[in-house]
Amino acid sequence: MSDLYQMQRTMRNLRRAALQRGVIGILDIGTSKIACLVLTFDGSGVSREADGVGPMAGQANFRVIGSATTRARGMRGGEIEVMAETERAVRTVVAAAQKMAGVRVDHVIACLSGGRPASYGLAGEITLASGKVTEQDVASVLAACDAPDFGRDREVLHAQPVNFAVDHRSGLGDPRDHSGNRLACDMHVLTVDADVIGNLAHCIRRCDLELAGIASAAYTSGRASLVEDEQELGAACVDLGGGGTSVSIFVKKHMIFADSVPIGGNLITQDISHGLRLPWATAERLKTLNGGVEATGRDDRDLIEVGGQTGDWEADRRTVSRADVIGVMRPRVEEVLESVREILDAAGFEHMPSQQIVLTGGGSQIPGLDGLAARILGPQVRHGRPLRIDGLPHQMTDPSFSSAIGLALFAAHPQDEWWDFEMPVSSYPARSLKRAYRWFRNNW
Amino acid sequence: MASVTEPHRRAPQRRDPAPSRLAYRLHRMWLRPLWRRLVRLGLPAFLLAMVVGLWLSDEHRRAALNEGIAGLVDKVQSRDEFMVRMMTIEGASPAVDKALRAMLPVDLPASSFDIDLTALRLQVMALDAVETVELRIRPGGILSAQVTERVPALLWRHTRGIDILDAGGHRVASVTSRDMRGDLPLIAGQGADLAAPEAMELIDAAGPILPRLRGLVRRGERRWDIVLDRGQRIMLPEEGGLLAFQRLLARYREDDLLGRDVAAVDLRDPSQIVIRLGIDAQNTIRAARGLPLLAADGSLLPDDQQPGGDKAKDRG
Repeated sequence: MSDLYQMQRTMRNLRRAALQRGVIGILDIGTSKIACLVLTFDGSGVSREADGVGPMAGQANFRVIGSATTRARGMRGGEIEVMAETERAVRTVVAAAQKMAGVRVDHVIACLSGGRPASYGLAGEITLASGKVTEQDVASVLAACDAPDFGRDREVLHAQPVNFAVDHRSGLGDPRDHSGNRLACDMHVLTVDADVIGNLAHCIRRCDLELAGIASAAYTSGRASLVEDEQELGAACVDLGGGGTSVSIFVKKHMIFADSVPIGGNLITQDISHGLRLPWATAERLKTLNGGVEATGRDDRDLIEVGGQTGDWEADRRTVSRADVIGVMRPRVEEVLESVREILDAAGFEHMPSQQIVLTGGGSQIPGLDGLAARILGPQVRHGRPLRIDGLPHQMTDPSFSSAIGLALFAAHPQDEWWDFEMPVSSYPARSLKRAYRWFRNNW
Repeated sequence: MASVTEPHRRAPQRRDPAPSRLAYRLHRMWLRPLWRRLVRLGLPAFLLAMVVGLWLSDEHRRAALNEGIAGLVDKVQSRDEFMVRMMTIEGASPAVDKALRAMLPVDLPASSFDIDLTALRLQVMALDAVETVELRIRPGGILSAQVTERVPALLWRHTRGIDILDAGGHRVASVTSRDMRGDLPLIAGQGADLAAPEAMELIDAAGPILPRLRGLVRRGERRWDIVLDRGQRIMLPEEGGLLAFQRLLARYREDDLLGRDVAAVDLRDPSQIVIRLGIDAQNTIRAARGLPLLAADGSLLPDDQQPGGDKAKDRG
């Protein structure tokens, strides 16, 4: 895991350099759309009470100066399928955002929604030699976590220490300088396919950009759409995207679990296209304009002209009722929600102190979804819109941009990860030097 | 009934919205501030400098350019609207008039750009006889000079000759003798020109004794002596000379002090007036007292010239 350690540290240094230069790009490469935000960090820390955006608990030190979104190309299920096509889409969106911002973007932070994320809870424990927790001890306990075999070609995307315990006192956020004999920690590790990350990095490098950080889309959309209390008390964020549905569970302001269902909005469109024998574009339009999950009696009479270009009059003058569309969509949405239910059950969500579920992402805009979700997932379901951030245009405040906005928050305030701590001393070659120093101090 | 029909007419080949790799790179390069400044300012400036430099590197072209510019300037300046054809001088005596015309640096008609009015005015002001001069170029090509000459008010006799001064003490001209301007009062002494206004006041105040006034003498560059005929002299104090003189005139108008044989009236001490008697008056007193008479230079007359010397001898 040391090469990963090095790569993540390199990205961390790049991000720090970008923050110092004051401009960083946010790239959310999704299956149905690609969004790019250009953030400027003025470093003043003074919040501008503009447009109803309050101080936001210290998150106001950045501002969006450029934003663009475009249709994704060459993507499937949150992964890159055709590299050249994706590269073109990234070039389009980055050029547009740069043009709006008027500055050049060199460093981008990207998020990854595919790659079969798998989350692991690791635990580690050490005995404290000095009776007090030092920085070195924190690093040692993180290194002492026994990592299972992640499998071949898996890469660690997040490794966040979630909880520290000194002797019998658990739930410590920062154990440094606590007295005790034993230090234990819990760490949440999220792994994804290494090839997917490699493809993403390669694609971004081909656009002359430096990858300054990478985050899981489940994590970032949770950070954007869960309010602070929900993150503290425990909540699940369900991001209904185009290529997949990702689930993340937060408690005590840490993500403790993430998973994804490979069923998303594109599959619903495909169902409509197959079931009603429509072209893809028409099916997509039908879904967004007339979709729903609760059919009423009026929907049978609501006939929609679907049109066509075949030249066959009968086929081109065809109409479908809204009830037909709902009849196609509902089983698929139910299937998605059932899968989410299974994931939550597997994660032990019912043991959480608070069982709030927040639906976000483009798919959460289906009318009547909250009723259906309440029936399948549990009573505490709400729609989540992303946090308002300074300078964001209005059309980018809807739920489908929550992972991009969460990525901006992640860029401004990253959580501690395992690689932010120094390596344990035992792996240092400079240990003999330190011993010599100690000998000198004791004897002179 | 809602409709989700696509737009019917669709271009068969939709243009790719993605920028090409070259366009993308150029756009990113263009967003560099240094590069942008270089292209926007540096390149045009360099091109301009190079073109101009290449064009000017030829000797003939440089000469032609200079000639062209000079010709253009000349053409504009020598337009009919800017030409000055004549000069009118008002308020000047013939001598000043002649000097003024001689001072004009160019021959008329000339362009008004060639006539530097400020310099010309300063040059004219250097003439002593001229107090002020207004120079302007009137429409119609007339250079008009409005001259105010200094008015002669005093003659000043000094070691190098006799000058005519105006009321302010400024030199107007020189004369060779006093008789040339007999109408002007005379002042003398070093520094008299600096106190000319005071001298004018004294002369104005001299009303009744004006016919007898010979002139004023500046003594030690600080006070005035008024010199009358028969060698009479009124010595004025340093401060308030005019007041003392007026007081003297008022006080002794009736008893005709100055008509008697008085050599000098000394007003220098404001608390008292000291009068120096003339020789005749002294001799009259001395004769009445039986003292020996005095000669004109103040020494005692020899006995043979004493009137009634035998009488004195008899008494003795």
